[in-house]
Amino acid sequence: MSNQKSQSKSTLWDWLTTVDHKKVGILYLLGGAFFFVIAGIQAMLMRIQLMFPEASFLPYQSFNEMFTMHGTNMIFLAAMPLLFGFMNYIIPLQIGARDVAFPFLNALGFWFFLLGGIFVNLSFFLGDGPPDAGWTSYVPLASDQYAGSGLDFFVLGLQISGLGTLIGGINFLVTVINMRAPGMSMMRMPLFTWTSFVASMLILFAFPALTVGYLLLMLERLFGANFFIPDMGGNVVIWQHLFWIFGHPEVYILILPSFGIFSEVIATFAKKRLFGYTAMVFATLVIGFLGFMVWAHHMFTVGMGPIANAVFAVATMAIAVPTGIKIFNWLFTLWGGRIKINTANLFALAFIPSFVMGGVTGVMLAVSAANYQMHDTYFVVAHFHYVIVGGVVLALFSAAFYWWPRMFGYKLNEPLGKWFFWLFLIGFHLTFFFQHFLGLMGMPRRVASYLEGQGFSDMNFISSIGAFMMAIGFIFFLVNVFVSIRSGNPGADPWDGRTLEWTIPSPTPEYNFAQTPLTRDLDPLWYEKMHGDGRMKASEPLGDIHMPNATILPFLMAVGLFVSAFGFVYHNHWVAAGGIAFTFACMFVRSIKEDHGYHIHKEEILSDKEVE
Amino acid sequence: MSEHVDPTAPLKGEVSKKTERQLAREMRNQIITFVFMVFLVALSFLGIASEAIPNGFAIPFSLLIAAVMVVIQLYYFMHLKDKGTYWPNVFIWTGIFIAAPTVASLMLLLGVVKY
Repeated sequence: MSNQKSQSKSTLWDWLTTVDHKKVGILYLLGGAFFFVIAGIQAMLMRIQLMFPEASFLPYQSFNEMFTMHGTNMIFLAAMPLLFGFMNYIIPLQIGARDVAFPFLNALGFWFFLLGGIFVNLSFFLGDGPPDAGWTSYVPLASDQYAGSGLDFFVLGLQISGLGTLIGGINFLVTVINMRAPGMSMMRMPLFTWTSFVASMLILFAFPALTVGYLLLMLERLFGANFFIPDMGGNVVIWQHLFWIFGHPEVYILILPSFGIFSEVIATFAKKRLFGYTAMVFATLVIGFLGFMVWAHHMFTVGMGPIANAVFAVATMAIAVPTGIKIFNWLFTLWGGRIKINTANLFALAFIPSFVMGGVTGVMLAVSAANYQMHDTYFVVAHFHYVIVGGVVLALFSAAFYWWPRMFGYKLNEPLGKWFFWLFLIGFHLTFFFQHFLGLMGMPRRVASYLEGQGFSDMNFISSIGAFMMAIGFIFFLVNVFVSIRSGNPGADPWDGRTLEWTIPSPTPEYNFAQTPLTRDLDPLWYEKMHGDGRMKASEPLGDIHMPNATILPFLMAVGLFVSAFGFVYHNHWVAAGGIAFTFACMFVRSIKEDHGYHIHKEEILSDKEVE
Repeated sequence: MSEHVDPTAPLKGEVSKKTERQLAREMRNQIITFVFMVFLVALSFLGIASEAIPNGFAIPFSLLIAAVMVVIQLYYFMHLKDKGTYWPNVFIWTGIFIAAPTVASLMLLLGVVKY
C-alpha cells in the first residue's frame, strides 16, 4: 500500500500527527467509544441505585454526579464524536474527494474534543468531584454559590470540546460545498452526506450559543461576573434560553446524520433506491431549520406565559411533519425491495418503530399545558432515551456493521452481531418503556431514590434488568470486534453497494481515489452497475497526487488549551496565560513555516492498482 | 500538478474593452449606491428630527432603514451580487432567518408579559 515518502517514525507518532481524514475518523470512533463505555458504566450505576426503593448503593451527591456525567459524556463526548468519526471517514469517500477541505483543522478539532473530554472527566479525580448540576447545568445551581470545582472542569472542558466540534462542522461544510467530484451535484449526493451537511449547518449556528453561555458562566464562576444573579441585575432564565437555543439544535445535530445512516443502510439492503430522494432532502432542510425555532419547549414550566408556550408548542409539533415524511419514505423504500436481513439492517428496521415511539411521546410533551404534568418526570427521560437510543445509538451500531469492512478490512461476525442486536434491543425496550408509566405516575427525574409504597418499585426493577441486558449485549459487540479480525478481507464491495465509498480498493489507499470518479447519477455505483460495467469512470487522467504533511501542531495546540484550563480552574493565571500563549505560538509556527505537503507519484499509484 | 497561480501578483498586459466596460459599470454602481446610502441616512435623520414619525414607531423605523442599508451594502459594497457567491448567500440568509426570529422572540415574546 502506498505510503508517504516521509517515513512513519512509529505507529504512535503516525497517529498523533495524522491529518488523514480516515485516521482522524478512526480516532474519533475510538475516543467516542471510550467515553461511551464510561457513560454506560455511569448509567449502570444509576440503574443499580434505582433498582430498589431507598437503596443506599449511591449517596445522593454521587447520584447527582452520575446523571450529570452520564448525560455530558453520552451527548458531548460519545454520540457526537462517534457520528463525527463516521462523517469524517465516509463523507469524502461518498463525494469522491481525497480528504476534507482542511485536514489540519480536522486533526485540530479531534484533539480539542479529546483533551476537552478528558479534562471534564478528570473532575472525578480532582477538586470537589464531578459536576452535579445536570448536563444542562442550570444556574443558580451551577453558580459558584452552590456548585464546586466540578463545574469549572465541566465548563472549561466542554468549551474546548465545543471549539473542536465547531471546527469540524465548518470543515464538513466547506468539504461538501467545494470538493464534490465532477457530476456530483448537490442533488446527487448520498443522503448521509446531505444530512451531515445540514447537521454541520446546525453546528455552525448552534454552538456559538453554547460557547457564549459557557463563557458567561465561566466569567461568573471564576471572575465574579453577575450575569445570572438577579440581585445584581442579572437574570437566571437567560441561561436556559442560551442553553436551549443550542440544546435543541444539538439533538437535531445528533439525529440528522443518524437519519442519513439509515437512508444508506435501508436502500442498500432493500436493493432499491431511496424512495423520494427530493422529499428526503427537503425534509432534512426543514427539520434543520425548524430545529432552531422550538427551543423554549424545554422551558414550558419556567413562566414564559401562555402565548409564548403556545407558539413554541405549535412549532414543535410542526417538526413531526417532515420527520413523518422521512419515516414513510423509508417504509416505501423497503416495500417491494429484496430485503437482506443482517445486523446492520436489523438495527435500521428496529429504528423505525422505536424512533416513532419516541417521536410521538415528543408530540405529547409538546402540548404545553400537559407538559406541566410531565416536566421533570421519567416521562421525559423515557421520551429522549427512545429518540436518542432508538435513533442515534441504533444508527451508530448499524453504521458500525455497515461500514466496518470499508474502514477496517474485515466484516463483523454476523451471529455475534445478531446476539448483540437482540440483547440490546430487548434490553433497551425493557429499560425505557416502563419509564413512560413511571413518569405518568409521578416519579421525578434526577432524584436518587424513591419510597416503598409509591408503586414505582416493580417497574424500576424491570428497567434495571433491561439496563443489564444492554450492557451484556454491548460486551458481545466488543468481543465481536476482536474475534472477527481473523475472518479475512471481504473485498471492496461486500454489500453490493450503491455509493462511491464502495468503489475503492480495500484496504483503502491513502489517497482514496487514484482518479477522481465521474458521477453520472444518484447512487453513482449502482448506476454504473446497471448501465455500465460496474466500475466508475474516471474524470481526470492519472497523475501525481498532492497530499498534506503530517504535523504534531494540532496535538500541541490542544495540549496548550488543556494546560491553560488547569490554570483557570486552580486560579493560577500564569498557567492559564501560558497555556493560551503556547497555543498561539503553535498557530504562529503554523503560519510562518512553509509546508507544501508531498506528492504521491504516478508510478506508485500504478503499482497500487496492479496489486489490487 | 497544475501551476500554482499567484492571485496577488501585479497584473500584466492591456485592459480589454469588455473589462473596461465592466469596470466602468461597477464604478457607476458604487457611486449610485453611495449616494443612495447617504440619502437613506438623511431620510432617517430627517424623519426623526422633523417629528414626521410618530414616537412609538421611531425605533422600528430606524431599524428598518438600517436593515435595508445593510442588505444593499452587502450586495453592492461587499460584492454579494457577483458570480460565485451562491453559498455565501445561502449561509448569510440562513443565519439571518435563524437569528432574526430568535432575537425577535427573545425581545417581544419571551420575558415581557407573564399572564
